Amino acid sequence: MTEQQRKELQVLACKVRMGILQSTNAAKCGHPGGSMSAAELFTYLYFRELNVDPKNPKWEDRDRFVLSKGHTAPGLYSALALRGFFPWEDLTSLRKVGSYLQGHPNMHTVPGVDMSTGSLGQGISCACGMALGGKAAGKDYRVYTLLGDGEIQEGQVWEACMFAAHYKLDNLCVIVDNNGLQIDGNIADVMSPYPIDSKLSAFGFAVTVIDGHDFDAIEAALAKAKTVKGKPFAIVMRTVKGKDVSFMENNAGWHGKATNAAEFEQAMAELTAKLSELEGK
Amino acid sequence: MAEVKKLATRDGYGKALVELGREHSNIVVLDADLAGSTKTGMFKKEFPDRHFNCGIAEADMMCVAAGLSTAGFVPFASSFAMFASGRAYEQIRNSIGYPHLNVKIGATHGGMSVGEDGASHQCCEDFALMRSIPGMTVICPADAVEAEAAVKAAYELEGPVYLRFGRLAVPVFHEEGFTFAIGKGEIMREGTDVAIIANGLMVYEAVQAGELLEQKGIHARIINMSTVKPIDEELVLQAAKDCGRVITCEEHSIIGGLGEAVCSLLSEKLPTPVRRIGVDDRFGISGPAYEVLEHFGLCAKHIAEVAEDFCK
Repeated sequence: MTEQQRKELQVLACKVRMGILQSTNAAKCGHPGGSMSAAELFTYLYFRELNVDPKNPKWEDRDRFVLSKGHTAPGLYSALALRGFFPWEDLTSLRKVGSYLQGHPNMHTVPGVDMSTGSLGQGISCACGMALGGKAAGKDYRVYTLLGDGEIQEGQVWEACMFAAHYKLDNLCVIVDNNGLQIDGNIADVMSPYPIDSKLSAFGFAVTVIDGHDFDAIEAALAKAKTVKGKPFAIVMRTVKGKDVSFMENNAGWHGKATNAAEFEQAMAELTAKLSELEGK
Repeated sequence: MAEVKKLATRDGYGKALVELGREHSNIVVLDADLAGSTKTGMFKKEFPDRHFNCGIAEADMMCVAAGLSTAGFVPFASSFAMFASGRAYEQIRNSIGYPHLNVKIGATHGGMSVGEDGASHQCCEDFALMRSIPGMTVICPADAVEAEAAVKAAYELEGPVYLRFGRLAVPVFHEEGFTFAIGKGEIMREGTDVAIIANGLMVYEAVQAGELLEQKGIHARIINMSTVKPIDEELVLQAAKDCGRVITCEEHSIIGGLGEAVCSLLSEKLPTPVRRIGVDDRFGISGPAYEVLEHFGLCAKHIAEVAEDFCK
């Protein structure tokens, strides 16, 4: 990727983070921390990777994305809005009565959402079903799913991993957002899922570990995923929870709460400064 | 009824899957290491490429079925009722029910008639669990012929359906070629002294009870209410109006099942005395199926006794 392309993606990721803050701030609740840690991934998926059409979100040959860590809907919604699936202004209706932007992804109300999720551990199994269905129907689409590193404490995740390897779902890419924190604290203290990469490879995945904020690394990993045949692919991305807002970074407290007015102002100021820097203003 | 052929409703399930598989290429079947018992093995034999064993992982299986349905398939996911409705309840609720996906759950070995395996496998709570999920259709056919027809009707219905089948071979009293209408009950015997509304294997028991009652001059209306949800309101209300007394019979807890569905309806629209025959807030026990059923009063003799007392 060229310097210019990299910068464009960084600008988009910064805007996704602003959308996360604006939507959760307006809702006065929601999950900014884990949305921010995956902002680069959401951006890359919707602007570079997924074969999707914002004008035809239910196109049957599209690539699928399942947000298994459904609570980070603000990140997904911001990327979808930025990509043109629905108006950016609607983000501030998040979690409000009458809004189609439900607290957790709803496949029937939100254009571009491929699976309703929210209960941890289930999205990866649904993604397996989609990938199996793609193969059974002779379709070329690929299926991507994003899991939290706390989420993989759910036993069902490992049932799904067994399934993916058993049915040789090489059209499936499982991504783990390893930001190291869950609601109650450090994942290693709450219930360690480590080592994540070797667990996944023991379950039959081809695995790569990357810096989840590095677009070049994301590009390389997703390109590699397409070359692996006969087994599913997993990307463990090391990330920073609350990335790019100083007081949110690496703080489990920002897993599931929104900013107050002063915090919102500061966070937006930090992101605005970053955006100006990226845009060379 | 003279000598009757006996078959388990799960046999009707397996047969229907094969027939549907021949007609529709979008049918896929999932199982959790119980293909021989649930009878999905019949489908596997003919369509090995469309049968997916998920291993002993019911939670994963239900969500895989959800994913397959989004890809245009009509999945039938099978396990024992205990594990399908119990173990995987939340997967069904969130990944199938909430998005209202076109997934059919074929749950076999429901109720006390599992027999010897005992309480851990005698699921008498599945109607309650599945009825509580918005948009879920819940069906419990009475014999193998009705089961076969119900599976075909479930395929035609867009949306999630929970089908409960039994392990035990029970009398077949529906005619071959029977057509199942979801949400419609069936009058097995006319009468106006008491209405007995049953489903599953209790329908045959209720019909037998009807004959015992007839000998005592009590004319019971016997209704097969195989669709627990949505319940046939019109038929229940008419029966309550005509008979003034209603008995419900189910191989399920009296909490949350057919009995409660009937009581809810009647208490709001036509208050009528009701007696519920079912499992009275207890766990099961091991034993030969018919002995276990008798132990819990899930038999014609007990139904007749309750009805006779009710009609005094």
